[in-house]
Amino acid sequence: MRARSFGLTRLLAGLAVGILSSFAVAATGTADHAKFKELQGPFKSGEEVTAACLACHTEAAKQVMATRHWTWEYVNPDTGQKLGKKTMLNGFCIGDRSNEPFCQSCHIGYGWKDASFDFGDEKKVDCLACHNTGAYRKLAGYAGHPPYERTEFPAKSGKFVEAVDLAKVAQNVGATSRQTCGACHYYGGGGDGVKHGDLDSSLNKPSKELDVHMAVDGLNFSCASCHKTDEHKVAGSRISMTGADPHGAIIRGEKTDRNPATCQACHGDRPHKGGFAHAERLNDHTRTLACQTCHIPEFARGGVPTKMGWDWSTAGKLTPEGKPFQNKDEKGHVIYDSKKGDFILGENVTPDYLWFDGKVSYTQPDTRIDPSKRVEVNSFHGTPGAADARIWPVKTFHGKQPYDTEHLTLLVPHTAVPDDTAFWFNFDWAKALKAGAEATGQPYSGKFDFVETSMLWPITHMVAPKEKALECAQCHADNGRLAGVPGVWMPGRDRSGLLDRLGFGLAGLVLLGVAGHGSLRFLTRNKRAQGKEH
Amino acid sequence: MSERIYLFTRFERFWHWAQAGLIITLLFTGFAIHGSHGLVGFRKAVEIHEIAAWLLIGLWILAIFWHFTTGQWKHYIPTAKNIDSMVRYYAYGIFIGAPHPYKVTQERKHNPLQRLAYLGVKLVINPLVWISGLVYLFWGALQGSLPAGLGLQQVATAHTVGAFLMLAFLIVHVYLATAGHTPLAHIKAMITGWEDLHDAAEEAAGKPAAR
Repeated sequence: MRARSFGLTRLLAGLAVGILSSFAVAATGTADHAKFKELQGPFKSGEEVTAACLACHTEAAKQVMATRHWTWEYVNPDTGQKLGKKTMLNGFCIGDRSNEPFCQSCHIGYGWKDASFDFGDEKKVDCLACHNTGAYRKLAGYAGHPPYERTEFPAKSGKFVEAVDLAKVAQNVGATSRQTCGACHYYGGGGDGVKHGDLDSSLNKPSKELDVHMAVDGLNFSCASCHKTDEHKVAGSRISMTGADPHGAIIRGEKTDRNPATCQACHGDRPHKGGFAHAERLNDHTRTLACQTCHIPEFARGGVPTKMGWDWSTAGKLTPEGKPFQNKDEKGHVIYDSKKGDFILGENVTPDYLWFDGKVSYTQPDTRIDPSKRVEVNSFHGTPGAADARIWPVKTFHGKQPYDTEHLTLLVPHTAVPDDTAFWFNFDWAKALKAGAEATGQPYSGKFDFVETSMLWPITHMVAPKEKALECAQCHADNGRLAGVPGVWMPGRDRSGLLDRLGFGLAGLVLLGVAGHGSLRFLTRNKRAQGKEH
Repeated sequence: MSERIYLFTRFERFWHWAQAGLIITLLFTGFAIHGSHGLVGFRKAVEIHEIAAWLLIGLWILAIFWHFTTGQWKHYIPTAKNIDSMVRYYAYGIFIGAPHPYKVTQERKHNPLQRLAYLGVKLVINPLVWISGLVYLFWGALQGSLPAGLGLQQVATAHTVGAFLMLAFLIVHVYLATAGHTPLAHIKAMITGWEDLHDAAEEAAGKPAAR
C-alpha cells in the first residue's frame, strides 16, 4: 500500500492504458476464463463479478480482506502507531477522511463511501481492480465502482466514459501487471507521479535506461516479480521497510521471513562481479549503502514530473469572474491550481541521502506539532553507521498545509466530494476544515493557519542499468552527493585540515630548505672551484 | 687517475628505481584520492594506487629477501660516528668546497646520515604506510574484528601521515642526490652502479682535482 490516489489525471491515463492494452492475452495458466460459463455475464455490477470469481476462488476474498489493501489500516510494527491510508496524513492531498467517495476509487472494493462500509462483505472485494488485463477503470467519486453506464466524467465536462464491459473484463482476467498496480500506485497524491517520484506511468512501458528490471525490451518484470505475493499479501511496505538486508540471495524453496522485495533477495549482498579489485571494493560498500543509492542516480526520470513542493496556503484564488483556474509551466504541467495551491515540480531529481533503518514515524492527526519550525509529517529512523541502517536515497517533499492553531494538530480538509463544504467546490477553508475535522473525529478549535511540512519518500524504483550507476567521484569528493552525511569516513570527502596543514607545511619547509641550500651551493660554486684548486 | 667502485648491483638499482617510480605514483594517486588535486579521477586514482601498492609490496618482499641473503642490511646499521662531521659538511663545508668527509667503500656505501635516513624510512615510514594501507585496503573484511575506536578515520589518518613523511623524505632525497661532486654524479652511480671516487679520493688526500 504505497500510495493513495485522488485525481483525474489517473483516470484519464487509466483509460488510455485500458484502450491501448485492450486485452493482451492473459492466458498463461491452465484455465481460459473466457470459456467459463460463470463468466459469460451479463453482470450488472462489480459485486456480481466477484460472486462469480468466489464460486471457484473460494478463499480469495478472505485473503484480500486480511490485507491492508482492503483495510487501509496498518499497525506499524516498529513504532506501534496505527497507520494505514484511512487515517494517515501526508503533505499532498493530506487525508482520506471525508473524501472517501473520491479517494476510495483506489480501494480494492466496491462502495466504500463512508464509515458505514461493510468490511466483512466478500462481494465488496474488487477482484478486477488488480486482475484485469485492460479496459477496466474505477472513476473518482464513485467509491470504487467502475462506470456501469456511459457517464459524463468529470461531471459537466462534456466528456463521456463508456460503460465497462464487465463480462469481457472478467473473461480476460490475469495476473497483476504494472498497469493494474500502477493504476493506483502511480497516481498517489492526485496525479501521475505526484507522490513517490520513483513510481509513475512511464513505468508502464519503461526503457532499460529508466528501469532495468521492468524494461519492456528487457526483463519486463511486473511489480509482483519483486513484490512477491502470498495469499494476496503483497511483500514490501514503505511504512516498515527493510533498511538493510545483509544476506545472500534467497534460494528457491528456502524457508525465510525475509522480505522478498529487497534487492538482496535476488542479488545477494555482495553482487558486484568482475574487474580487478573494483568489484570487491563495491561489495564492501554494501555495508554502508543501500543498493538504491548508487543504482538510482536520479528519480522522476521517465518524463513525468513529481511534486517536490505543494503550498496549500495559496489555494482558493479565483478569476475576476469567480472561477477557479490553473497556471501551467512551459511544459504544460500545472504549477498552480485554485483547488490545490502552488506546486513545485521536479524531473530527473537528484535524491537526498540519509541513514535509514527502515523504521518510520508519522505525525498523526492527534500529534501535537510545533508550528514554529517545519513539521516532519514523517521521519526516517536510522543511526549513522549502525549495522541495521544504510545510507538511502530519498525524495524530500516540502509542503505547506492547514493546522489548528489552538490544538496544534494538522488538519484534514474536506476537498473532493461535491457538496456545500468541500474546498474544491466552495473555496472556503473554514467550512472545509470543519467538515474534515468532523470526519476525522479530532477536536477542532475553528482557528487555523498553514504550517510548513516535510515528507520523505524512499527511492527504490527506476533502477538504472549498471553503466548508469553513480561514479565513485560523485560521492568521493568535496561537495559530493554524500556531503554532510555523517557516520562514515570517505576518502576524497573527509580529511583532517590540521594534518594537511602540518603535512604540506612540512613538505613546503623541506622544499624551502633544499631550495635555499641549493641556491647557496649555486652561489658558492666559484669559491668551491677555488677551494679545490688550493 | 680515476677510481671507480661498483657500489650498486643490478638488483639494487632495479629495486631503487622501481621503488622510486612506484612511490611517486603512489604519492600522486594517493593525494588525488585524498582530494588534494584533481589531476586524475578518483576511481582511476584508486585503481592505480592499488595496483602500484601490490607491485611495491612484491618488490619489497624481494628486497627484504635480498637484503638478508646478501648481507646488505648491514649498510643500514646506524652509527653516530662522524655524524657531526657529516652535518657540518652539509651545513657549511659543501659551500666552501671542503672535501666530503665520508669515503664510500663497497663495505659501507652509505654515510651516517644516509644510514639514519634510510633506516627511518625502512623502520618507520614504510611500516606505517604498509600496515595502515593494508588495513585500509582490506577494511571491508577487517572492520568489526578491529578494536573499537579504530575506525577508518584513524587508519586513513595514519596512512596520510605516512604519505606526508614519505613526501618530505622524497624531496630531501632527490635534492641530496644532486649533492655529489657534480650534480649528476650520484644519480649516474645509481644508474650504472659505478661510483666515481676520483675527485673525492684526491680531495681527501689534499691533492688538486684534475679538471
